[in-house]
Amino acid sequence: MADAALFEFLHTEMVAELWAHHSDPGPGGQKMSLCVLEGMGFRVGQALGERLPQETLAFREELDILKFLCKDLWVAVFQKQMDSLRTNHQGTYVLQDNSFPLLIRMASGLQYLEEAPKFLAFTCGLLRGALSTLGIKSLVTASVASLPTCKFQVVIQKT
Amino acid sequence: SRASSAVLARDNYPLYIRSSPTENELKFHYMVHTSLDVVDEKISAMGKALVDQRELYLGLLYPTEDHKIKYGYVTNSKVKFVMVVDSSNTALRDNEIRSMFRKLHSSYTDVMCNPFYNPGDRIQSRRAFDSMVTSMMVQVC
Repeated sequence: MADAALFEFLHTEMVAELWAHHSDPGPGGQKMSLCVLEGMGFRVGQALGERLPQETLAFREELDILKFLCKDLWVAVFQKQMDSLRTNHQGTYVLQDNSFPLLIRMASGLQYLEEAPKFLAFTCGLLRGALSTLGIKSLVTASVASLPTCKFQVVIQKT
Repeated sequence: SRASSAVLARDNYPLYIRSSPTENELKFHYMVHTSLDVVDEKISAMGKALVDQRELYLGLLYPTEDHKIKYGYVTNSKVKFVMVVDSSNTALRDNEIRSMFRKLHSSYTDVMCNPFYNPGDRIQSRRAFDSMVTSMMVQVC
């Protein structure tokens, strides 16, 4: 239980720290900070992609890996499963969390909608990193229509 | 008696190779290289298998030649481990080999979780990885 709170606080501080020392408070600097957060999430995701499936049998197909993200990865990091997983069966997946733990403390509804992206960057990287370890190159973006529900879109990159 | 271990990245380049001192290191490199074809075959067979053959442990790789037995193991991240032991070591049983691979896997995972390790680099961890492999090979000999 303590782990969850620790991660939440650490994450909040990471975001705050990156935004506090903006040498360039314009969109360029913001983009940089989002990249940094995403990059951090990526490295953590790479490690989790190795650690979490350690005892699991080999994944059979792409969908199994996405399910792993929605179940095992999400439970390990956020203590809950993803609420829904949809796909067009052509390499695009939408993962929806109806009460995303990193947003839930903020507000319900449309307040702070503009602030939401900075709290999603790390997690996008996390997903991308885990997928990378498991052999999938992807682009992960997040969108929020109304807090605390958010959708993560995973687009598989064909090599 | 001698033993050797290798860790290979998803793209089949070596992340770590270690032979016991009396071993011919170049020969081991060659053996690992030829083992890769067999490993890749087994991996693709796994993908197409109708049977639930999804184990990480690949078992014996190909018929013993030159008194060496080669075993393979592949993780979900397609990182491969190859171990070569002397055939004179008949005391080694399947479950012992499996447990050695699990130890290798576990230590490799620890390396991945080290924030100072850059994924894809050669494994140079002295304490965590190298010493584990050394003690494991000593057990085998």
